Amino acid sequence: MRISITNFTKTFGDTTVIKDMSLEIESGEMLALLGPSGCGKSTTLFSICGIHRMNAGRLRFGDKDVTKRPPQERNVGVVFQNYALYPHMDVHANIAFPLKVRKEPRAEIDRKVLEIAALVHIEELLQRKPSQLSGGQQQRVALARALVRKPDILLLDEPLANLDAKLRLEMRSEIRRIQQQTGITAVLVTHDQVEAMSMCDRIALMNKGDIVQVCKPKEMYDNPASDFVAGFLGNPPIAFLDGIANDGEIRLANSEVALRLPSNVIDLSNGTQLRLGIRPEFFQPENDMKVTGKVSFVETQGREDLFDVTLTNGAVLRSIQSRGGDIKLGDEVTWGISREHILAFGPGGERL
Amino acid sequence: MKHNFRNWPVLLVLFIFSLPLLIMLTFLVVDTFTTKVPGTLVPNAFTLHHFRFLWTDLDDGRWGIYGVTLNTFIFAASTAAVVTAISVMAGYALSRLSFPARGFFLGSLIVLHAFPTVTLIIAIFLILQILGLYNTLIGVIIVKTALELPFGIWVMKGFYDTVPWEIEMAGVQDGASRFTVWWKLILPQVQPGLMAILIFSFLSGWSEFVLPMVLNPGTDAQVLSTYLATLLLDTNTNSDFNLISAVGLFYALPVVIIYLIFQNKLMNIYGGGTKG
Ligand SMILES: Nc1ncnc2c1ncn2[C@@H]1O[C@H](COP(=O)(O)OP(=O)(O)OP(=O)(O)O)[C@@H](O)[C@H]1O
Ligand SMILES: [Mg+2]
Repeated sequence: MRISITNFTKTFGDTTVIKDMSLEIESGEMLALLGPSGCGKSTTLFSICGIHRMNAGRLRFGDKDVTKRPPQERNVGVVFQNYALYPHMDVHANIAFPLKVRKEPRAEIDRKVLEIAALVHIEELLQRKPSQLSGGQQQRVALARALVRKPDILLLDEPLANLDAKLRLEMRSEIRRIQQQTGITAVLVTHDQVEAMSMCDRIALMNKGDIVQVCKPKEMYDNPASDFVAGFLGNPPIAFLDGIANDGEIRLANSEVALRLPSNVIDLSNGTQLRLGIRPEFFQPENDMKVTGKVSFVETQGREDLFDVTLTNGAVLRSIQSRGGDIKLGDEVTWGISREHILAFGPGGERL
Repeated sequence: MKHNFRNWPVLLVLFIFSLPLLIMLTFLVVDTFTTKVPGTLVPNAFTLHHFRFLWTDLDDGRWGIYGVTLNTFIFAASTAAVVTAISVMAGYALSRLSFPARGFFLGSLIVLHAFPTVTLIIAIFLILQILGLYNTLIGVIIVKTALELPFGIWVMKGFYDTVPWEIEMAGVQDGASRFTVWWKLILPQVQPGLMAILIFSFLSGWSEFVLPMVLNPGTDAQVLSTYLATLLLDTNTNSDFNLISAVGLFYALPVVIIYLIFQNKLMNIYGGGTKG
């Protein structure tokens, strides 16, 4: 079911957490709400499901205006970060609870519980108490409980945050599989860009209560709307060079180094403040626009090596290369930037 | 089981310090079941004579022990029931709901809990007289309940505080009303606290002495503690300390039994909250 949020504002006491936010989530789509800690992701999520009341704005599910509806009437399934399983009930009772509340007949309840348990692969755990389950299993139970009454919308608040690295990988694809199999509209809150990029159809990137950009993961990576977006996506992160435009070149701050600007911003007027973003994969030995600097940091990541190169003016460029060369800390290197892959930002951080 | 420290020295110290108490208790039990020649310490014969109050009325025609016991039970049980019922609801409200003057309520709870209640007794006495509840069991029950409540509410609030907020929200999201959430999801998790309050206030009511003595001094609705006190002062029985000991033993027995059965639950009050 389609979710549309218009001009949503949320305040706690005197602090405004979300201001005038609008967001459309398509039916059947899985959208990630991505952003740094404290930017209002959970607040948005809890407003969608009705736990928080919206101070202003409208929320519609399909054509239905649910802004003023209590959570019980919204038919939204929520998976909480700590799963919030009912500790005194066994798994079967946990999953059955939403159905029991609706006073469905017993046989019907049992049938649905078994069906959903099969979907999330926990058939053999139904008699256990939550405390007898591993983190991943609890996660599956929480998913089953959220999905069992066929909600219109599924909301997940950092569902993978409490799992270890290997399990996270597994549950990532599991949640995606279940979402696609049920065709449910889902919103996933996360501060992990990899999670957002790998699991979701689209990403809404938030900063300080605002949505900065909404689009497909790849597009957001290739075409960030601002330096904040560019800096948030990508691991190892993008490196920035500050400088001033001068005859189709950029003169880096505090140095004599000048670099040709990418062709889309080549005719900037002289004296414009500029910020260039260069991703590590586009700073490589074989590229043609050379800069010289000292290797100030080396990290071996197994398949690849990560280098920080400090330029003469103190700015740092990052490079990621498949293993091979024997470059050591302190070596002077002259590597090239791929000119057409440079991202240029204006003084306010907006994309040029 | 292996301990990471040796516990016999601790046990020894505890034993030595408890010894006077143990000796007194032993003599209490021994005295009530035996006779002895005046002036000696060693008993010479077994007897149930001191427990005669269990099967005959005492000579002065006062209420039999069972009536008094029933009164005590009614007093303790209704206090416990009301205290528990109110604490369970008020504790939830204080822990979860934001309402005007919440901070004031929390503060006064602590003050009331620490307040020396004896200082209130004159005022209570006057109020009960005006209300016509002086010298009735109901009056004492009301007063005792009111005095026990701050503690009960405070403990229950502590238990509610340990229940994660998300569980409640998950319940609401699953379509349950706030009441269903409280009844089906939250209450089971504070059940140890509920049990502890129930038992604790029952025991406290059972052993209450000052309130019934001051507010219910008549003989119509005596409780065991005041009954025991009148026995002590009574000229008909005042030489029969063994009878008084036997009544005392009878009075203390339920307390001991309840403690033995529920000691784990009572410890919860101090542990606060549950695991798993
Ligand atoms: N009940 C509340 N009262 C006051 N302020 C709140 C409340 N809940 C959240 N906030 C504030 O709102 C802001 C956004 O909180 P929110 O929980 O939505 O962040 P988040 O994006 O989910 O962060 P995280 O990734 O750390 O979970 C924070 O600055 C937080 O301090
Ligand atoms: Mg959050």
